[in-house]
Amino acid sequence: MISIYITSFIVGGLICVIGQLLMDVAKLTPAHTLCSLVVAGSILDGFGLYEPLIDFAGAGATIPITSFGNALTHGALAEAEKHGLIGVVTGMFEVTSSGISAAIIFGLIGALLFTSKGNV
Amino acid sequence: MKNGVLTFSSMPSLYSTGVTAGPLEKKKSVFAEQFDKVYEDERCDLPTNEHGHKQLMYDAVMIALSKEKKTIDKIDFFLTGDLVNQMTPSSFTAHELGIPYIGMFAACATSVSSMITAALLADAEQARWLIAGSSSQHNAIERQFRYPLEYGSQKGATCQWTVTAAGAVLIGQHKEGNPSICCATVGKVVDMGMTDPLNMGAAMAPAAMETLSCHLKGHKKTIDDYDTIITGDLGSNGFKIFKALANESGLSHTKNFRDAGEEFYGNDPSFNAGASGSGCSAAVFLSDVYKKLQKREYKRVLLIATGALLSPLTYQQGDSIPCIAHAIEVTMDGVSVN
Repeated sequence: MISIYITSFIVGGLICVIGQLLMDVAKLTPAHTLCSLVVAGSILDGFGLYEPLIDFAGAGATIPITSFGNALTHGALAEAEKHGLIGVVTGMFEVTSSGISAAIIFGLIGALLFTSKGNV
Repeated sequence: MKNGVLTFSSMPSLYSTGVTAGPLEKKKSVFAEQFDKVYEDERCDLPTNEHGHKQLMYDAVMIALSKEKKTIDKIDFFLTGDLVNQMTPSSFTAHELGIPYIGMFAACATSVSSMITAALLADAEQARWLIAGSSSQHNAIERQFRYPLEYGSQKGATCQWTVTAAGAVLIGQHKEGNPSICCATVGKVVDMGMTDPLNMGAAMAPAAMETLSCHLKGHKKTIDDYDTIITGDLGSNGFKIFKALANESGLSHTKNFRDAGEEFYGNDPSFNAGASGSGCSAAVFLSDVYKKLQKREYKRVLLIATGALLSPLTYQQGDSIPCIAHAIEVTMDGVSVN
């Protein structure tokens, strides 16, 4: 029971370490780092490697942004099986739509309620 | 060949200065006590950051004028700039003031480029009174050059913090006993191929060195002629590089060197490499340095403001960061050494 917490903490942490190294060592901008992690998750799922990672680490693999890439590929492949090539296009946002909608809705609520501050 | 080297034989004088700053600067800047006005609100109680930005400059001008009991209609030219697209805070200030206006852009070197242009106009007897200055507002400029604040992006150790501050100076014909501008050097654009917009200090240091060498050579001066040589906003990282470059090029010591960006927040590590922004050099030159000149703690200073001439578009397209530095020499000595 407790071991799933530990593995998810370690795996999630390692994904974040990779992101930090991309920024600090490879000197990528935050936007480039984010995109690289999304693409990495997407490619891993293409080879069927991300689902086993989720089985192993749970939230440690689903919370980081790599999971978004995984979901993009996952939806596209699932729809492609049903509808052929056109399914790649329609399926891409099948699984991710909740995440995207949530980002828009919570972004709106945040913008309505708060004003940005420049304090350190 | 002049090589950007200018001499002002009539030695236009600085009459008064106005410096305004934001709430964070009030709390954290080592120069806070010397600023004329600090705001409790980073938008100066106005609806947007850009409105606040304009107000900083407007109030700085009005403070400088009130110290000399001058009214707006006496001023012949208003020379200023900022870092926002199309410099709307400066232009909107100029609209509100109604003074003939030339928008100046040299990024963070604008504080000095506007003073040089003002000195030229005064020296050519085309103006009796002029206002020069520059300003920046943290939130507006972060959005312009880096990321919107809402994005909450991480900053690295070489990153600098754009100050919320504005400085304005009233310049007129020579007056004995006032700090006076005897000469200046307009810098060349220097590009050493740096591409990291989060390390502007390193990109700007070679430009500062180039202008310093040109100024010393062009005016036959040595660094010991100055009580201080103060750069604009190299920050702790860029300042280190600048001092190393100075040593390499044969300058024996750098003990009278200062950097406004490094000092601004008192080496507080939460500000990473220190302060930047076109308000940074203006605020420090026109408060701390100006007051030290008035008290004759300094008799001759060299102000070198440095600017990174990038735009968000150029660095996204992979271009390196061209930089510039302008130098102006201000002295309390009545007669120019030249």
